[in-house]
Amino acid sequence: MRSLATSRRAVGVTLAVLVAVTSAACSRSDNSPGGAAAGGTYTIWDPYPQFDNSSDWVKLLTTCGSQAGVSVKRTGYDTTDLTSKALLAAQQGNSPDVLIVDNPVVSTLAEAGVLATTEDTKLDTSAISPNLVAAGQVGGKTYGVPIGANTLALYYNKAVLAAAGVDPTAVTDWAALTAALAKVTATGKKGITFSAIGTEEGSFQFLPWFWGSGAQLSTLDSAGGVAALSLWTDWLAKKYAPNSVINNTQTTSWQEFATGQYAFAENGTWQLANAKKTGFEYGIIPIPAKEGGTAPAPTGGEFVTIPVQRQSDRYGTARKLVDCLTSSDNLLATDTTLSYIAPTEAVQAAQAAKNPELRVWIDAVKAAKGRTGDNLGTKYPKISEPLWKAVQSALSGSQSPQAALSSAQSAAAAATK
Amino acid sequence: MVRRRSRAPGYRAQQWAAWAFLLPLVAYLLAFYAYPLYRNLDLSLRDYTVRSFVRGGAPFTGLANYRRIVDDPTFVPALTHTVVFTLASLVFQFGFGLALAVFFHQHFRLSATLRALFLVPWLLPLIVSASTWSWMLNSEAGVVNTVVRAAGGDPVNWLTSPGWSLVSVTVANVWIGIPFNLVLLYSGLQGISPQLYEAAALDGAGGWQRFWRLTLPLLRPVSAITLLLGLVYTLKVLDVIWIMTRGGPADSSTTFATWSYQLGFGSLLPRFGPGAAVGNLLIVAALAFGLVYIRLQRRQQGAA
Repeated sequence: MRSLATSRRAVGVTLAVLVAVTSAACSRSDNSPGGAAAGGTYTIWDPYPQFDNSSDWVKLLTTCGSQAGVSVKRTGYDTTDLTSKALLAAQQGNSPDVLIVDNPVVSTLAEAGVLATTEDTKLDTSAISPNLVAAGQVGGKTYGVPIGANTLALYYNKAVLAAAGVDPTAVTDWAALTAALAKVTATGKKGITFSAIGTEEGSFQFLPWFWGSGAQLSTLDSAGGVAALSLWTDWLAKKYAPNSVINNTQTTSWQEFATGQYAFAENGTWQLANAKKTGFEYGIIPIPAKEGGTAPAPTGGEFVTIPVQRQSDRYGTARKLVDCLTSSDNLLATDTTLSYIAPTEAVQAAQAAKNPELRVWIDAVKAAKGRTGDNLGTKYPKISEPLWKAVQSALSGSQSPQAALSSAQSAAAAATK
Repeated sequence: MVRRRSRAPGYRAQQWAAWAFLLPLVAYLLAFYAYPLYRNLDLSLRDYTVRSFVRGGAPFTGLANYRRIVDDPTFVPALTHTVVFTLASLVFQFGFGLALAVFFHQHFRLSATLRALFLVPWLLPLIVSASTWSWMLNSEAGVVNTVVRAAGGDPVNWLTSPGWSLVSVTVANVWIGIPFNLVLLYSGLQGISPQLYEAAALDGAGGWQRFWRLTLPLLRPVSAITLLLGLVYTLKVLDVIWIMTRGGPADSSTTFATWSYQLGFGSLLPRFGPGAAVGNLLIVAALAFGLVYIRLQRRQQGAA
């Protein structure tokens, strides 16, 4: 009996000690994430979960790390998760050393005080095209370097257009596009596919039409905005576009186009590699504005940023990592892997020399517009959400385009007050 | 008891050991239950911006977040959808589950194999089953509409019309939930003594009478816990709806669970305060039904 009690006590004490030790260990590692001395490990988070450790991208990160004399621990997150992950990490004081995020999120993270300015980190952004770096600027300060840019244009299926007797070069305004869709539909093929899903992707895809009508994000229910939404709604009503666009992501929309049944698809630079795999001849035209000309499409693509750290001596090495990732040679390699357009003129020229097909995309990126531009900054997310809801309401027929945009405008006005 | 108290030092040592044994559990409960609940409550009572979320110092605003979500135009639709979705899911899951459980209780050949097959929906990861449903119900290329067209009907926009989206996600959720009900109710059936059925048969009770007079009343305790677990599970269903419709189009399949996720994580600018408030309403609802269950159970035990 006696010995049993002793051993029982011993077990209890052991357990208690174990708990104490593990919790102490946990809290230590929580408090000083990169507490290791110089050399040490630097963490990088990116939104490219499609790349595993054998990919060129991860190899590049490792190489950049060894050039800076540190080892790199990389984690790839889904892009929609990355914002809240970054905010939570900053709250707990264990931000990564280098964070690669989608460009409209930069102003939000900057507002939250998560990101260090390029003044603090001494990053050089002078070579970057101004319309691209704009998405990373808030209140006159810059918070990162674009790693590459992408935007939207219209892919078309050459055979489907030829069979319907449509000349793609003549599709330069909305009327010509709608007429082309009518001809294609008459031949039994399908007109156009895009993504109008109830997330940021839906707003991203709607913006070229919205801006192409002359509308501004500050007034969602202007005549231009209503015209743009009516254009989409009419396409659905006349079956020029499938009803599935309401739930399409840009990936599922691309899968529809890849069936070869569709004449047009609104999609991004990043689908170029897939376009070659479809097995049919395709071409690319810029998205037309309402009255003709090229509509400004929103810029996509990520920024390389350096989150605020408690020990500012970590910035030096973090800057070396960012400089390595955004050096001309590496940009060319990275943007080729990602199927993006480079953010600097020099690398764009190199890309065009290597692949003349990219010319149309380089022009599109030059004409593109940041979503958080026009002094919207952190207001943009509060406008974008009512906008995609309005698109969904109108396309699903639960509200007219005018009514949907009017209620979106009052919701956006209330949210940005 | 008395003998131990007389040996005070040994007793005290045992007490310490008892506490040491309790400590891991208490630490676990505090870290993984009490603290997250407290944080969620705290989030919902403060006005968090992204800045104050990271830097701290969010002002205490009392019930302002709750007032804001109640005034939100999404509140009433989300509440209705949550009630409809939960009730319809429970009724059909339980109905089909019970019918299948009684069916398989007959022990015919291959019944074990078939029963195992019915468990497949339960074993599949939710992302797989939800993606499969969303692919099957696709307006253009979905297999369901292909069948409808072949039968000469007009294709239906299952996921993209405001009238059908809630029905579609409910059907998918019922399909996923049937095996759970089947397994619990089947094990409940096995607990009923076969002699009772023999006696009832001798008394001249038909199959239908045996079901209503014997099976159903004797299954009551198992049914109650099945329904309660189903309710708690259905209230917080997020993945199925989110993957299939994102709560859309135009909020037509938004429930409290998807709304909370939408507020906290679904846009570029997280609104943790209102998101946490919606989540807390769900917790309160689940808790209320849990209390009702305990009350019922007590009454049953009192009656027995």
